[in-house]
Amino acid sequence: MKKVYLYKKFERFWHWGQSLLIFALLITGFDIHGTTHFFEYSQAMAIHNISAWAFLVLIVFAIFWHVTTDEWKQYLPTAKNMKAQLDYYLVGIFAHAPHPVKKRTLSKLNPLQRITYFALKIVIIPTMVITGLMYMYFNYPILEFEIESLETVAIIHTMGAYLLLTFLIIHLYLITTGHTLTSNLKAMITGWEVVDDEDVKDIVEEAVEVTGLKIRPISRTRQSHEELEELVLNALHETETKVKNKKLKGQKK
Amino acid sequence: MKKLTLIVALFCTTHWLFANNGTNRDSIRSFPMNEYVYKSGNTNNPSADHSKFAILQQPFASAHDATAACLSCHTERDKEIMATSHWHWRRSEKLEGKGVVSLGKANIINNFCIGITGSEATCTRCHIGYGWTDSSFDFTDPLNIDCLVCHDKTGTYKKKPGGAGYPAESVNLNFVSQHVGSPGRENCGVCHFLGGGGNNVKHGDLDIAMLDCSREVDVHMTTEGENMSCVDCHITEKHQIPGKVYALSSENKNRTTCEQCHTDKPHQSTILNEHGLRVACQTCHIPEYAKANGTKMIWDWSTAGRLDEHGNPMHENDADGNHNYLSIKGNFVYNDHVIPEYFWFNGIANHQLITDKITTIPVQMNTLYGSYNDKGTHQKSHAPAKIWPVKVHRGKQIYDTVNMTLIQPKLWDKESGKGAYWTDFDWNKAAELGMAACGLPYSGVYGFVETEMYWPLNHQVSPASESLKCIDCHSRPNSRLASLNDFYLPGRDFNPIVETAGVSFILVSIIGIAFHAFCRIVFGGKCKIDNP
Repeated sequence: MKKVYLYKKFERFWHWGQSLLIFALLITGFDIHGTTHFFEYSQAMAIHNISAWAFLVLIVFAIFWHVTTDEWKQYLPTAKNMKAQLDYYLVGIFAHAPHPVKKRTLSKLNPLQRITYFALKIVIIPTMVITGLMYMYFNYPILEFEIESLETVAIIHTMGAYLLLTFLIIHLYLITTGHTLTSNLKAMITGWEVVDDEDVKDIVEEAVEVTGLKIRPISRTRQSHEELEELVLNALHETETKVKNKKLKGQKK
Repeated sequence: MKKLTLIVALFCTTHWLFANNGTNRDSIRSFPMNEYVYKSGNTNNPSADHSKFAILQQPFASAHDATAACLSCHTERDKEIMATSHWHWRRSEKLEGKGVVSLGKANIINNFCIGITGSEATCTRCHIGYGWTDSSFDFTDPLNIDCLVCHDKTGTYKKKPGGAGYPAESVNLNFVSQHVGSPGRENCGVCHFLGGGGNNVKHGDLDIAMLDCSREVDVHMTTEGENMSCVDCHITEKHQIPGKVYALSSENKNRTTCEQCHTDKPHQSTILNEHGLRVACQTCHIPEYAKANGTKMIWDWSTAGRLDEHGNPMHENDADGNHNYLSIKGNFVYNDHVIPEYFWFNGIANHQLITDKITTIPVQMNTLYGSYNDKGTHQKSHAPAKIWPVKVHRGKQIYDTVNMTLIQPKLWDKESGKGAYWTDFDWNKAAELGMAACGLPYSGVYGFVETEMYWPLNHQVSPASESLKCIDCHSRPNSRLASLNDFYLPGRDFNPIVETAGVSFILVSIIGIAFHAFCRIVFGGKCKIDNP
C-alpha cells in the first residue's frame, strides 16, 4: 500500500469549511422555507445569514487560492474517459474493476467529478449567492434595491437548495467508492490518499516529472524537496521488491 | 505617595459611579424614544384651584350657565371647540370616486346602531354639547358646548339617557366645575369605551377595563406601570385631538402613530425594523384584542322583534353574561381574546354612504385600501400599504330592496306609537321615518343584507414578550397571514413544481444509492475494509 499527497492544507480547510457551511445553510434554509423545524425561526434566520457571509468570505479566499496555484485547471471539464468513468460506476465497480482514471496531483478529479464540481462552482453556488444577496437586500419594495416580487428569487434559491442537497447525498455516498471504503475520506482529512500498488509506478513517474521537469515552478522548501526525493526512491525500491516477489511466486508455481 | 493613592482611589470611585449611571440609563432606554418624557420624572401640578373662583360657586340654573362661566375666563376656547370634529361629528373627507364629502357620526351608516338620524336625542348623549335633538341644533352657539364631560375630575358627571347631551339631574354642576382638569381616560372612555351601546362593543380594543388594567391587557395604560392616559399619545393642541377613527375617516392625515414616540426603527434587530416598512407595529404587538372583556363580532338585525309571551321586549344572555338576543336589536355574538384578521392598509378608506347603491355582498361599510404592490407612490398616503390587524364586525341590517341602498331606520323615541323601531317594532314604519329624516327616498320594500365593517386595531398593545413570533406568520399550516395571498411570504409559500421536483431528486438519488450499495455488497464488490 502506498500513499500520495493529494490535498493541500488550504484545500482541505476550504473543503471542510464549505461542507460545514453548506450543511448549516441547508438545515436553516429548509427551516426558513417551512419544510423542517430544527431551529426557532429567528435563530434559523440568524444562522443562515451568518453562514452566508462566512461562506462568501471563504469563496473569496478559495478563488484567490485556485487562481494563484493554477488549481482551477483541475476543474476544467473533459470528455476524455467520461464513458469509462460512467461504466465503472454502473458496471465495473461490481466486478473488481480498477478505477479507470488514476488520481494524480496534477489531475486528481475524474471526468464526472470535473463536470459536477465545475457546474457547482460556475452555476449553482453563484446562483445561490446572487439570489441569497437579493433575498437579504430585498427590503420590501420601497428602498433603493427594489424588485417587484420576492417570488422568483425565492423559487430559484429553493431549487438551488434542492440541487445542492441532492449533490450532497450522492457526494457522501461516492466517498465510499475509493480504493477502500474510507480512503477518500481519510485523504480529505489528512491530505494523503491510499492508492493501489499498481498505481505507484505511475505516481512515481509523475512525481519525477513534476520535480524533474519542474512543470510547476513553485518555490518548494529544501525539506519538501528531500521528502519528495525520498518518496520517489522508496517507491522505486518497493516496486522492485514487488516485481521480485511476483517472480518468486511464479517460480513456486 | 498617600496623596497619589487618594487621587487614584477617588478617580476609580467617580469612574465607577459614572459607569453605573451609564448602564442604568441604558437599561431604561432600551429602545429609542421621541417626544415622550417618562412620567416618573413628571410633576403636573395645576396652576389654578378652580374651587376658589367665585363664578363657579354661584348657583347654575342650567348646564348652559356652567358653560358660560367657563367661557368667561377661557374666552377663546369656544372657537377652538367649534372647529373640531368632536363638535360637528363630521368633517370634510375626500372619498375615492366620490369627491369631497362632509362625513362623520352625524351622517354615516355603520353596522351597529346604523346611524343617528331620527334618533339624535339618545345618540347625542355622547356629543360634547347640549340639546342636539334633531337637525335644528345650533352648532354656532358657544353656550351649547359641554365643557364638563371632558374636563370633569370628580367622576360624578353623567349625561342623561335620551337627554340630547344634557347632564343627569343628579349632577352637582358647582362641584364638578370646581374640580376640572386635563381629560383623563375616564372622560374619553365614557364615549370611546362604551360606544355602540355597551362596553367594548365597537372597537374591541377600547374597554372600561383599561381604567385599571394589567400590563398584559395594555402595556401603555397599565396601572402597574407607565399608567399613560389617552392624551399622552393623542397629543392635543387647541382642542384638536389627533388620531382619527379609521372606521369614520378616509384620508391618511392627523393620525396618532406608534412612531411618534418609538421612532420608525425601534428594534435592535435590523430585520425587525425592516418589517416595519410593510408591517404595522400593531400587527405583531397586538396579538389579540378584547383581552379583558368581550367585544361584539356579529350583529344580526333580521331576528329583531321577537317578543315574550306578554308581548314585551326581552333579552337572552350567553354564558359570559353578554346579550346574545335583544328584541330591539336582534342576535349578537360576542367574543374575547380574539385573533385579528389581517388586511393591507395604506391609511385610506372608503365608505358605503347611505346614498350609495349596494354593489357587493357583503356590503363593505368602510373599504380599507391597500395591497402588496401599493408602494404609496401613487396614493395620497405617500406611504406603502402595511399589513394591519383588523377587527371585522359582521352585520345583517336593513336595506331597500328596490333602491338597493342601505336604510337609516328611526330607532328611538321617547314614547311609543311614534314609529321608532325600539318602541313599536315595525321595520316599515321605522324605515319610512328614518329615510324621511335623511331626506332620502324609501321604496316601501325592505330586506336584510350582510355587511362588514373594519376596525384597524391600535390599542391594548401587549408586552414585548407577548408579541407575535416569526412562525405566527412564517409557517405553512397556521399562518396568520393565510388570507393575504398577493405576495410571496417565506416560510408560508412555496412553488409546488419546485417542491415536487426537489423531493423527487432526493428520493431518486437515495433509492439509486441504496440499489447501488446493495449490488456492491451482493456482488462482493471491490470494497475492502481498511486496515483489516
